Amino acid sequence: LPRPPPSAGGSGPVVPCGRRAYAPPAERKRFYQNVSISQGEGGFEINLDHRKLKTPQAKLFTVPSEALAIAVATEWDSQKDTIKFYTMHLTTLCNTALDNPTQRNKTQLIRAAVKFLETDTVCYRVEEPPALAELQKNEWDPVVAWAEKRYNVTIGSSTSILGPNIPASTKETFVSHLASYNMWALQGIEFVITQLKSLILSMSLIDRHITVEKAVLLSRLEEEYQIRRWGNVEWAHDYDLCELRARTAAGTLFVHLCSESSTVKHKLLQD
Amino acid sequence: MAALGVPLRTLRALLRELRHAAGRSYRDSPAYRHVVAAFRAHRVTSEKLCRAQQELHFQAATYLCLLRSVREHEALHREYHGRGERSPQEVAGLVGFKLPQQPGGKG
Repeated sequence: LPRPPPSAGGSGPVVPCGRRAYAPPAERKRFYQNVSISQGEGGFEINLDHRKLKTPQAKLFTVPSEALAIAVATEWDSQKDTIKFYTMHLTTLCNTALDNPTQRNKTQLIRAAVKFLETDTVCYRVEEPPALAELQKNEWDPVVAWAEKRYNVTIGSSTSILGPNIPASTKETFVSHLASYNMWALQGIEFVITQLKSLILSMSLIDRHITVEKAVLLSRLEEEYQIRRWGNVEWAHDYDLCELRARTAAGTLFVHLCSESSTVKHKLLQD
Repeated sequence: MAALGVPLRTLRALLRELRHAAGRSYRDSPAYRHVVAAFRAHRVTSEKLCRAQQELHFQAATYLCLLRSVREHEALHREYHGRGERSPQEVAGLVGFKLPQQPGGKG
């Protein structure tokens, strides 16, 4: 049974010529005609023609949410002549959740997520140029204030190179809040945090306080400032912007679809 | 709650993206049917601030952002990063040279 190559974040020594020895090709010819979904014992499965999709570690690809399965199937079905794995963010997230290649448990994931708070982008301020400092204050202060109010914590911001001093109680609050998410959702949350380089922006996004576009803008605030000053380079700036938006959107959608409450589903089916 | 705009606009844009992604038979695709069904189900609700409605709209807007960004990223990749390296012949041609013809072994 053919299986997709591992996602690009896989392990392997770096060969001097620049290409990793065990890295799979980033693209592959499309080898299936039809993509469909079926419901199995463990959840929803993806079928490529008559073959069942497997994870890089050869486990059966099953997801808990039908909507997520549909979105993954759409990713596979929208591939044209070649399968571009690097564009299939939801599939990659599911593979990560199923295989857990970094072998982290819930506690370790939460710890990694909350650790980001110490170097959270929106708390880490510059003093100059004054225009940028002002921009950071105007754009980031409100979202920090939102987080402080929403979670009843003290966060603050800092211009020191050491970053903000986050009280232990604040960290504990976030730890216990994140503990309420299941393992799949947590993988998604940690992914979004590493993309946005900010726990606060990620929570703001997950709590639907801001949109993905806004979160990405706030995450890239300094870049946007420099672009406005020095000009935009499409093949670098827009390229990175689109990629960050895609990954952040995928992560956010993944979290929401994996933590959907049954009451919402019930309402959807009621009609 | 995030500033999302009008749900209908988001829905239309999302369906347009699905059409780009799926091709001709997009109306039969599971994604299209799921999105349309979800929006229809929530239209029935009379509450203006229905939480489920807002959640659905946010999800739709997020999915729209995902599809759109992937499409734009791929387009940029194709345009700027998809061409690979030039061959030695092309490089020589750039400065007006031609590669020497060596009949048999090294000269």
